[in-house]
Amino acid sequence: MASRFTVSNRTGWLMAGPAVLLIAGFVILPFLLAVGLSFTNQRLVSPNPTEFVGLANYNQLLDLALLTVEPLKDDAGQTVLKDGVPEYPPIRSLTRNNPDRPDLNGMREWFSFSSGGDARLVVLARDVVFMKAIVNTFTFVIVVAPVQAGLALCLALLINQRLKGINIFRAIYFMPVVVSIVVVSLLWRLIYDGQSGLLNNLLGTLSFGMIPPIDWLGNPSTALGSIIAMSIWQAVGFHMVIWLSGLQTISPTLYEAAAIEGASKWQVFRYITWPGLRNTAVLILIVITMQAFGLFAQIDVMTNGGPLDSTHTIVFQAIERGYGKQDISGGSTISVILFVIVLSISLIQRWLTREKS
Amino acid sequence: MALISPDNRGLRLATRYAVLVLIAVIFIFPLVFMLMSSLKPDQQLLLDSGSLRAFMPVGDISLENYSAAFRRAPVATFIFNSVLVTGITVVLSLAICSAAGFAFVFVNWKGRGVMLSILLATLIIPFETTAIPLLLLASKLPWIGLDGITWGWLNSYRVQIVPFIADGLTIYLFVQYFKDLPHELVEAARVEGASWPQIYRKIVMPLSGPILATAAILKFLVMYNQYLWPLMVTQEEGYRPVMVGLQYFFQLNVAWGEVMAYLSMITVPVLAFYLYLQKAFIASIASTGVKG
Repeated sequence: MASRFTVSNRTGWLMAGPAVLLIAGFVILPFLLAVGLSFTNQRLVSPNPTEFVGLANYNQLLDLALLTVEPLKDDAGQTVLKDGVPEYPPIRSLTRNNPDRPDLNGMREWFSFSSGGDARLVVLARDVVFMKAIVNTFTFVIVVAPVQAGLALCLALLINQRLKGINIFRAIYFMPVVVSIVVVSLLWRLIYDGQSGLLNNLLGTLSFGMIPPIDWLGNPSTALGSIIAMSIWQAVGFHMVIWLSGLQTISPTLYEAAAIEGASKWQVFRYITWPGLRNTAVLILIVITMQAFGLFAQIDVMTNGGPLDSTHTIVFQAIERGYGKQDISGGSTISVILFVIVLSISLIQRWLTREKS
Repeated sequence: MALISPDNRGLRLATRYAVLVLIAVIFIFPLVFMLMSSLKPDQQLLLDSGSLRAFMPVGDISLENYSAAFRRAPVATFIFNSVLVTGITVVLSLAICSAAGFAFVFVNWKGRGVMLSILLATLIIPFETTAIPLLLLASKLPWIGLDGITWGWLNSYRVQIVPFIADGLTIYLFVQYFKDLPHELVEAARVEGASWPQIYRKIVMPLSGPILATAAILKFLVMYNQYLWPLMVTQEEGYRPVMVGLQYFFQLNVAWGEVMAYLSMITVPVLAFYLYLQKAFIASIASTGVKG
């Protein structure tokens, strides 16, 4: 390829130029803008000039504090009991206008736990909803990544058999992938409906009416789980196809040799199939993780972050602020935090799955 | 060693098919439910969801929900917008990304290695992390049109098209594909005096059918199913695509029959297209997985 006939700076730049310019303008520039804007108080429309605010946006989102709260004592120095449990002063009385801890002003209780004795340790956050969004997003990713990858592999192994009509099944399993996640979310809202939803009716019929109807999306303990199940249903076919293309790169002679040696099905999987899928596995894990961190449309269509903030996610928060409240700097800050999380996780995944030589 | 008797084999085959069918039901039931429900009045739709009737076209069947959907929202406008935005983006994306791939693989120019690395590095940036600053940018960009220079791209077709024409994945797919083409063809053509545009048009493009199909299908799926971006940049209904148009149906008093009719209208064409080109669809997704 070093032939002098193929050297042409002009042609190279002319042909690659449009793509380079478009990506520079609409991917790289906005990304750099996100970083820059996260240190300002920029709004979409504002009469005031934009100011540099340093790390204030990050502090507003991520500030945490630990507070030890002693139970209330009566005049005799005895712990006040209410229904047999020690009573604690309201957190607000400790965070608002507390001369000893001015830094706690404006913080709210995120969660608390007992420290062994009567005292309770309270974790305070400046932005409790954002903390919940981070936890929800991580929960989503930690469940979806292995479950979806695993189910997709099972489906791929199932589809990889030589059976008449197997292509029809492959086509059906893949079908939800081409349907928009927005359509799927709206459809499942009716399936999950608390009264006449298909799922409740099915469970009721199977259990002869023993299981009472559940308001899947209206209940804080089931809402995120319901969204997880639906998301896996929609996307699993995508990764099935990628596993399948990985399976088809494994040489059939290996399987023939194993059959001659009399290997069991598990041995064939363990020593031939799985090692052959190594690169595919790494890729699938990274792709699912990146996709899962982007969780937004399902939330927007199904729950709007509720009930009780149980389905708020990082991207939903970024859009709610950056677009909904026109707080561009707040939304940008969340975007940068998300990028740092995604980047670190994919670097960790790459490091953990590196070729050991 | 147990011998496999014909009966035994038949039974095992039947079990395999039973498993396959059961899983197929799980993947297909919501779509069948959508289609059947779109034909029923609301009251019957909810009653039917208690039995298998939910998946059957029985009872008071009509296309009433479809005409009601057209009365509720400018459905035709939404469909037109989606088709226009998706079609133009796919065509421009194929032209610009294939040209870039061509330049990166066949042409020797200064800066090619660095540029390619930078473009591929953008694959790690999820769209969600650039959406908010892109919104700010789009609200301020200039445009030269028939009425001179105007500022701000919000509420337009271009704001839905231009940012999505070039992307790292599409360029990467073209680069991978071109690398496997015989380079001697290009070199020989150069030696014989063919111009670069001629080589691109007459030699490389005719050999690129599979990759053009793959890139087109992936872009089509992304563009037609866009939600977040058009939601933010189209406040005027004249520019809204079908996915954002959904909002007209699930705000107050959800009329499920109409919702299902609208969902069917925007989904069935895509499903039909998919079933018709099934092999190409699946091959295009599979090709995103053969990264080294």
